[in-house]
Amino acid sequence: MIQVEKLGKVYQLGRHELAALKDVSFEIERGEYVAIMGPSGSGKSTLMNLLGCLDLPTTGKYRLESIDVQTLDQNQLAEVRNKRIGFVFQNFNLLPRATALENIELPLLYGRVPNPQKIALQALEKVGLADRAKHRPNELSGGERQRAAIARALVNQPAIILADEPTGNLDSKTGEEIMDVFGRLNRDGTTLIVVTHDPIIAGHSRRILKMQDGRLVGENAPC
Amino acid sequence: MLIWDLFKMAMRSLLANKLRTFLTALGIIIGVASVISMISIGEGARQQTLSTIAKFGTNIITVKPGQKKNRHVRSGKVETLTLDDAYAINEHIRRITGVAAQVYQSKQLKYGNKNSNSLVRGVGPAYARLANFKIDHGRFFSEQEVKSFRKVAVVGATVVKNLFQGADPVGKTIKVEGNNYVVIGTTEPKGALSWFDPDDQIFVPVSTAQKRIFGMDHVEAIDVQARNIEEIDAIKKDVKQLIRARHNIPLGKENDFFVQNSSEWLNSWGDAAKTFTYLLGGIAAISLMVGGIGIMNIMLVSVTERTREIGIRKAIGAKRKEILQQFLIESVFISFLGGGIGIGLGIIISKTVSKIGGWDTIVSFQTILLAFCFSVAIGVFFGFYPANKAAKLNPIEALRYE
Repeated sequence: MIQVEKLGKVYQLGRHELAALKDVSFEIERGEYVAIMGPSGSGKSTLMNLLGCLDLPTTGKYRLESIDVQTLDQNQLAEVRNKRIGFVFQNFNLLPRATALENIELPLLYGRVPNPQKIALQALEKVGLADRAKHRPNELSGGERQRAAIARALVNQPAIILADEPTGNLDSKTGEEIMDVFGRLNRDGTTLIVVTHDPIIAGHSRRILKMQDGRLVGENAPC
Repeated sequence: MLIWDLFKMAMRSLLANKLRTFLTALGIIIGVASVISMISIGEGARQQTLSTIAKFGTNIITVKPGQKKNRHVRSGKVETLTLDDAYAINEHIRRITGVAAQVYQSKQLKYGNKNSNSLVRGVGPAYARLANFKIDHGRFFSEQEVKSFRKVAVVGATVVKNLFQGADPVGKTIKVEGNNYVVIGTTEPKGALSWFDPDDQIFVPVSTAQKRIFGMDHVEAIDVQARNIEEIDAIKKDVKQLIRARHNIPLGKENDFFVQNSSEWLNSWGDAAKTFTYLLGGIAAISLMVGGIGIMNIMLVSVTERTREIGIRKAIGAKRKEILQQFLIESVFISFLGGGIGIGLGIIISKTVSKIGGWDTIVSFQTILLAFCFSVAIGVFFGFYPANKAAKLNPIEALRYE
């Protein structure tokens, strides 16, 4: 499903070049639950951005469901993000003026999917938030916001869900609830990639990729 | 993403900042309102002037002493045009239906203990018909009365009002420069122009006026009525030839007279009034422009404020085009709103001006359409840069923006 081959990313900072990612190669199969771990500055955010098609690699290849991502233009990238990738962010990133339901409809609207409201409601039910459909983000608790964000991520039935420190802004109990939601989604067949520096969160996954200094330094099953 | 969804989103963000939206639209409101009211006032003035001028007839050719260069009349004391020239035109030029020479000056009129300072116009008998003066009571004077220097007068409506307090003056005697004149008729009122009241004058036989009132031998104008408007140019040519011959002007020398027709005069007047209208409209358009800059300013602020929102939208699949459209819809809607309110306000202003100032104003459909299209174009033009800035944001940086 995901094939990453000698992926590299160099940022131009003024006159200096910063190699944020060097020669990273791995594969992820459909239905896997993978954690990417590493200290800050290890390149895991860069890798996340590349996997999420928010950015293009400087070198190497990235295949997502038989698409050669590095060959795409901006419009095609937007379409891949819309149809095949769901993002879950540390700070939820819901639109503050829209209701939960409207937030979840948004990817469907950009994807021109018919009956967006009905599908969005189903996604809300999946994360147990159907009764909060008409609430705005500031009327929801942190855990509810993150669940709404998860509903938005999965509403277009993406190939993968990318979660960047999804419990970083939550207390540990709520964080556990979110991880339970992830676990359930994974058991239902969703491919999950979670970026975190928290070993407990990474512990929920079934495979851990360890990053350091822009390189993949190890891979192991959680302890 | 359908346009309707984008429209709903734009509405939501505009409604979230109602005051800001209104203040931004205010620039356009003022701009559109001033464009509409200025143009309608200018147009009103133009139409009013033209229609009053048109009352004096459009198939009249006027011969005047002096020279004409590119519409600018250069006239010193030229006294070459005579009553005989008028008779010659009447005799020799074909395709005309009337000729009337005229002399005029303001003089003091007296009736009993009433005074008035009015224009005394010495004219031929055809003048009433040529200048569209209709006889109200009595009659106009005849060719015979002109030939015999009779002291008769036909008076205008304003004179009737001022000297006779509205009573029928026919048969009464008025004094002009100390001489008695018998009133033989009155003319129907024509209505005053702002600078001239055609009803505040009396008509006397041109010969009488020359000899007994003004003491002059020449005439100040000869009006020639064309049989129809299409023949005006040919008649003008003939008249020029005739007068040149009569005045013994050698080949290659300039005329000591000039010939113009009223439609020409009408056109140059219309042109001047049009320039005035454009000037007013142009000044108003500048304020519309300033309103557009206001939109751009606010949209730039809005894009910066909503950087994160743009990042989110891009992350979940919004294309550049869709971000561009969303922001463009916002700026166009603001100018649309401003345009709509501005049109209403502009109409109210011009109606108020015509009520208070007693001045006709004309709000034409074209003016409204022009102002509206212009304001929407301004929304697109000044909204494009901010919208494009939003569309080009890098999603990663936008998502990281605090």
